[in-house]
Amino acid sequence: MNLHEYQGRAIFRAGGIPMPDGDVATTPAEAEAIARRLNGQVVVKAQVHVGGRGKAGGVKLASTPKETAEVAKKILGMQIKGLTVQKVLVVPAADIATEAYAGLILDRATQRPVFMVSAAGGIDIEEVAATTPEKITRLAVDPRYGLLPHQALTLAFTLFSDIAQVRATAKILEQLYRIFISNGCTLTEINPLVSTPDGKVLALDAKVIIDDNELDRRPDLAQLRDESAEEPSEVAARKANLTFIKLSGNVGCVVNGAGLAMATMDLVKYYGGQPANFLDIGGSSNPEKVVNALKIITGDPEVKAILFNIFGGITRTDDVANGILTAMEQFKVNVPLVIRLTGTNEEEAVRILKAAGMQALNDMDEAVQKVVEVAKGAA
Amino acid sequence: MSIFADKNTRLIVQGITGRDGSFHARQMLEYGTRLVAGVTPGKGGQTFTPGVPIFNTVAEAVRATEANASVIYVPPMGAAGAIFEAADAGISLIVCITEGMPVLDLTKVLPYVRERGARLIGPNCPGLITPGACKIGIIPGNICIPGRVGLVSRSGTLTYEVVHQLTRNGMGQSSCVGIGGDPLIGTNFIDCLRGFQDDAETDAIVMLGEIGGTDEQNAAAFVKEYVTKPVVGFIAGQTAPKGRRMGHAGAIISGSSGTAEEKMAAFEAAGIGVMRRPADVIALLREKM
Repeated sequence: MNLHEYQGRAIFRAGGIPMPDGDVATTPAEAEAIARRLNGQVVVKAQVHVGGRGKAGGVKLASTPKETAEVAKKILGMQIKGLTVQKVLVVPAADIATEAYAGLILDRATQRPVFMVSAAGGIDIEEVAATTPEKITRLAVDPRYGLLPHQALTLAFTLFSDIAQVRATAKILEQLYRIFISNGCTLTEINPLVSTPDGKVLALDAKVIIDDNELDRRPDLAQLRDESAEEPSEVAARKANLTFIKLSGNVGCVVNGAGLAMATMDLVKYYGGQPANFLDIGGSSNPEKVVNALKIITGDPEVKAILFNIFGGITRTDDVANGILTAMEQFKVNVPLVIRLTGTNEEEAVRILKAAGMQALNDMDEAVQKVVEVAKGAA
Repeated sequence: MSIFADKNTRLIVQGITGRDGSFHARQMLEYGTRLVAGVTPGKGGQTFTPGVPIFNTVAEAVRATEANASVIYVPPMGAAGAIFEAADAGISLIVCITEGMPVLDLTKVLPYVRERGARLIGPNCPGLITPGACKIGIIPGNICIPGRVGLVSRSGTLTYEVVHQLTRNGMGQSSCVGIGGDPLIGTNFIDCLRGFQDDAETDAIVMLGEIGGTDEQNAAAFVKEYVTKPVVGFIAGQTAPKGRRMGHAGAIISGSSGTAEEKMAAFEAAGIGVMRRPADVIALLREKM
């Protein structure tokens, strides 16, 4: 789960990381009041879960409280990559001497949290990693001992030479590590970590990603989820315990299992079609899931045909067949369905569908070829 | 022969009285797995079925039954505890089916298991099967037949799809191992490739990968260096949009590493036959064997 910058800031500040004052606003009047309190030039930043918000006009300077209100009015309600800006962050425009980068990420290769720090901060760190990887220092932390003092200092010395700044940075890195562990993060990142002309070290941004698997035991973190910042169909899917990602094609896909779901999308493309979504109904045998899946997919006007590809293991194919029939009784499914079922209780599933005048295929390639043709014919 | 498990494997089920644990324990017994005990704290002294006693702790179960393998069906927040317990009790093969374990739990679990000389398969995996001998986990036994193709996969139902294709075409399997799709897992492709390379009864290897991470690239380098048996491979997620999660926490494309193209190119460079779709497995294996 991605947090907004203002939420990440709250966590960072509570964890002791020095950051400039500032607050979040949902109206121009609130933004103006924050600017008045900060008493100086401010930056107004759109709070949306997409990269490149600066380039899209979602980050702007304002010199006075009145100008802050005007800028906030422009940014609030703005569409950035399909998402509507609902909140803006108002922070003082900081004086910057140098900009560095400090990130902590869960690394698959070392199976540990790994620090990545670079004196080349403020800009796209992926670009730095790709073109000048030697400018990034990495350190894998043993979670049994945490970040040791000498490790924090060693990292800090790669960012600053002034000893006061080095010590301040080492402390920030230790705090960043504690925040990572205590909030079940897969990423905590400061970009940029700046030094000011008067020698202070400050975090100007706060990026936090929380492991979705932590949320069941951490209701305090789960309530930070901002559903207004997500694709509505994906929110509906999550509430129905489905994993759904909307894509731009016209072949709807309902599959059990993430790997098979991806392979099914790949096969749609292989046979010349375009998948409209990724949808994994998971391993359980609940007809209700199938009903919800069909509801979500038929809500997309682009969808011209829907493919079911179910390999029954834990999932019972007769439950899926019943779910399809229930859905068709509950609401009008006005696009053609192509159904492939094999595995657990297959004979029963085929019988159920046949009795309702529907056909079930047994082979994945045959089903995908057919759905691609049907979608093309309907488009 | 086979890898990791055979007809002599003595298995316990942690979480045997739960909904999933009890259902799959019965399936494993029916398949012929030597299921010697179950563990559910507070239910020690009861029996699951005649011949399968239930114990309060793994250590008691091991003392009484000489179990050497455990399969875990406990909810995600208890899964780390179950793995620690199994490793402490001297279990050498721990298979964790549980989906949804917090990844920070795994940063502690993995070194703990390794230091005790045990092997963890998973979490969030379908387990493994040595057809005709032993099934540990949830892979449907009826889609497998004994034979000489080894299979290792990051996913569940995609594994079934490919095994189904093999079986329909008369190609039996030595062992099928689902290693799981999470970002941190106990057993990776290379562990399984090494096992199949050293297994006298495996003639060819199928590996099913996914977008995200660099495990498949590392596996390709290992194949090039050490594996003399024919290998064919598939990468799911060729059409996945960049930077999006596709169900598995592991299927995240980070930066330039982890795309399907990159992984398929690594396969090709290592002499691995690249499947463009699951059904290609048959023709590619026939060509290489």
